[in-house]
Amino acid sequence: MSLEIIVNGESRTTPPLSVLDYLRSLEIDPSRVAVELNLDILPKGEYASTLLNQGDRLEIVHFVGGG
Amino acid sequence: MQIKVNEQRADVADGVRVDVVRDRFKPGADLVILNGFPVPPDTTVNEGDELYLIRRGEIPPREELEHLLVARHTPRVYERLKGSRVGIAGVGGLGSTVAVALARVGVGELVIADFDVVEPSNLNRQQYFVDQLGRFKVDALTETLRRINPYVAVTPHRILLDPDNVPAVFAGCSVVVEAFDRADMKSMLVDSVITNMADAMVVAASGLAGYGPNNTITTRKISRRLYLVGDLTSEAQPGNGLMAPRVGIAASHQANQVIRILLGETDDVG
Repeated sequence: MSLEIIVNGESRTTPPLSVLDYLRSLEIDPSRVAVELNLDILPKGEYASTLLNQGDRLEIVHFVGGG
Repeated sequence: MQIKVNEQRADVADGVRVDVVRDRFKPGADLVILNGFPVPPDTTVNEGDELYLIRRGEIPPREELEHLLVARHTPRVYERLKGSRVGIAGVGGLGSTVAVALARVGVGELVIADFDVVEPSNLNRQQYFVDQLGRFKVDALTETLRRINPYVAVTPHRILLDPDNVPAVFAGCSVVVEAFDRADMKSMLVDSVITNMADAMVVAASGLAGYGPNNTITTRKISRRLYLVGDLTSEAQPGNGLMAPRVGIAASHQANQVIRILLGETDDVG
């Protein structure tokens, strides 16, 4: 079974993973991003327990160094 | 006739000379500025003129500085800013520049946090001076902010911020500015504020190194409580260093976004 979700404005298909596993599947380091799920920022403590649902809108913001 | 003396209305006799006004309102003032220009003591004042009387080296009383700020921003704006408390996480190139801008417009309380000391390599972009080398940044910046406006309350924290201390350090702040250098610290700060500080907004920055185009630095509202400034890609690295102008562009985006939030301007997510 797979889900259709929107990631950074583009349609994607994924197995029903947790947000943490989804980030890992994209080789994204969770400690350098902010993840917005359906208009709100998802606390890092909930990445592992939050399962992706059909139609979710995910925005993954990558931080780069410099300040 | 009505004139303004140091931003406050005053009633004076028609055709009065500036030295007479000076002796009445600020005896011993060394400098008389009439409508923006220094003038000699025997100059005549006209209806509606704005006079500024300055004693060199004297810090104007709180009321006088407040009148100046009210005159510049209108009372509603001034009162909102004065009643605000803003946190700044990291006072390097971004944070020190944001702090200076917010102090200049009269934001009432600034909470600044950083554990670093001023190093020579900071002087290419950060709001420190060569005579402050080796001092804690929060102490040096507190001093600079007092020189800009001694009536802004600055709370300095010499501390390495972590997820556990962020909520206590920035307690009571309606907006927290993320102004760190490292990507993982940026991510940590955003997470800690969003998770633990129920109503606080975050204004973060990512991608501002080098001397790329001005206009690729933007401000986006990422979620209901997070704004992100920067081009999102220009990482600080060898060959793409941090430089005062572009860091300044990003910092000014952040400072202006803070003002917009404090004044109740809303933006759409996206």
